[in-house]
Amino acid sequence: MSDDKKNVASRASNDLNRRQFFAKLGLGSLSIAAAGTAVFAYQFLSPNVLFEPSPVINVGKPGSYPLDSVTLYVNSGIYIIHAKEGFFSLSAVCTHLGCLTTWKPELGMIACPCHGSKFRQSGEKIEGPAPKPLPWKRMWVSDDGDLMVDRATDVRPMQFVRV
Amino acid sequence: METSHYFEQLRRSRIWRSIFRSGTGTSTLHRSLAIQQNVFLHLFSTKVRRRMLSFSATWYLGTLTFGTFLLLVATGILLMLYYHPSIPQAYADTKDLQFIVSSGLFLRNLHRWSAHAMVFLVFAHMFKVFYRGAHRPPREFNWVIGIILLLITLLLSYTGYLLPWDQLAFWAITVGSNIASAVPLLGNKIHFLLLGGNAVNANALLRFYVLHCMILPLTAIFFIAIHFWRIRKDGGLYAHSSEPTAVRARVAAATLREVP
Repeated sequence: MSDDKKNVASRASNDLNRRQFFAKLGLGSLSIAAAGTAVFAYQFLSPNVLFEPSPVINVGKPGSYPLDSVTLYVNSGIYIIHAKEGFFSLSAVCTHLGCLTTWKPELGMIACPCHGSKFRQSGEKIEGPAPKPLPWKRMWVSDDGDLMVDRATDVRPMQFVRV
Repeated sequence: METSHYFEQLRRSRIWRSIFRSGTGTSTLHRSLAIQQNVFLHLFSTKVRRRMLSFSATWYLGTLTFGTFLLLVATGILLMLYYHPSIPQAYADTKDLQFIVSSGLFLRNLHRWSAHAMVFLVFAHMFKVFYRGAHRPPREFNWVIGIILLLITLLLSYTGYLLPWDQLAFWAITVGSNIASAVPLLGNKIHFLLLGGNAVNANALLRFYVLHCMILPLTAIFFIAIHFWRIRKDGGLYAHSSEPTAVRARVAAATLREVP
């Protein structure tokens, strides 16, 4: 009799009773379900296939760009620049908040219409809120002799393509 | 006289009584029951201090904000009947609403002006509440719900901005979503999930459409209901002159301590 009482007392202090056990089990399953829902929601909201334009573009023959010219491709967001050292491609997307910049031939600089950042032809920032220079994009000559640009790959500046 | 007689008869009819159970009397009890037993009105207090109904007490700013919200829901649903959230159809539909659809220009302009008015009224409401001191305990939680409603209002404006799919919309959302990328660590992920891609395009338009027309309005209605209900639960609209003496004394003591 006294042993029984002792058992009950020790169970009350150390073990779970049935109600506590089921409450913990319920909370545990709910937490697992909540975590699963979070993963599910994240995966569902991230598209697995994107119908976005290819990052690699063909910008035609080098001969079509006169020396000292800056050509903007509006839809691709890049400049093709033919400097005396050679060809290079510069991102035309402002490093501040992603607006499309434009080449100002009369000033000899690249300017962003949104918040007034200004860049040199080489991409270096002159003034404005842009935190970084305009990145150089990987450029090469295809087997057919066309200039190719990979917009997804930045390269270190001053890597000219000579044709 | 005749009309009121017929109305009285209507109110006594079996059908009316089956819908409105509070009865036909005009006693305080009957009037209270009419509020209490109505699913829409039961959020509100059954009794209000007469002074709180005057224009000077609140300038009706909260009610006007809710009024613009109702206008936006009504005009927004009608605009949805002619708008396809796809590229480039969205821009053409917006033009059609302005130049082809009967009353389309009126509805679109009403939607736009109400949106501007709602943002203005939300801020005016918050200033009025703040300078009256109505955000203090016991109403502090309703102030927090008000902040949530301010954020929902701004998000509704922001998501609606993309839908015309014109140059202004495209670049505003490009700039705005790039601001989201500035969040430490998660910035680029948030940008990707918000736009459903790496740039503002078809997925972004559809996501903003769903946010603008379903998710944000439903969230707003949910919090508006709590906001109204809390007014009753927190002792009605704040009126300094009719606060309990204890509360007034505590506020007075706090003010005295703060003034050197």
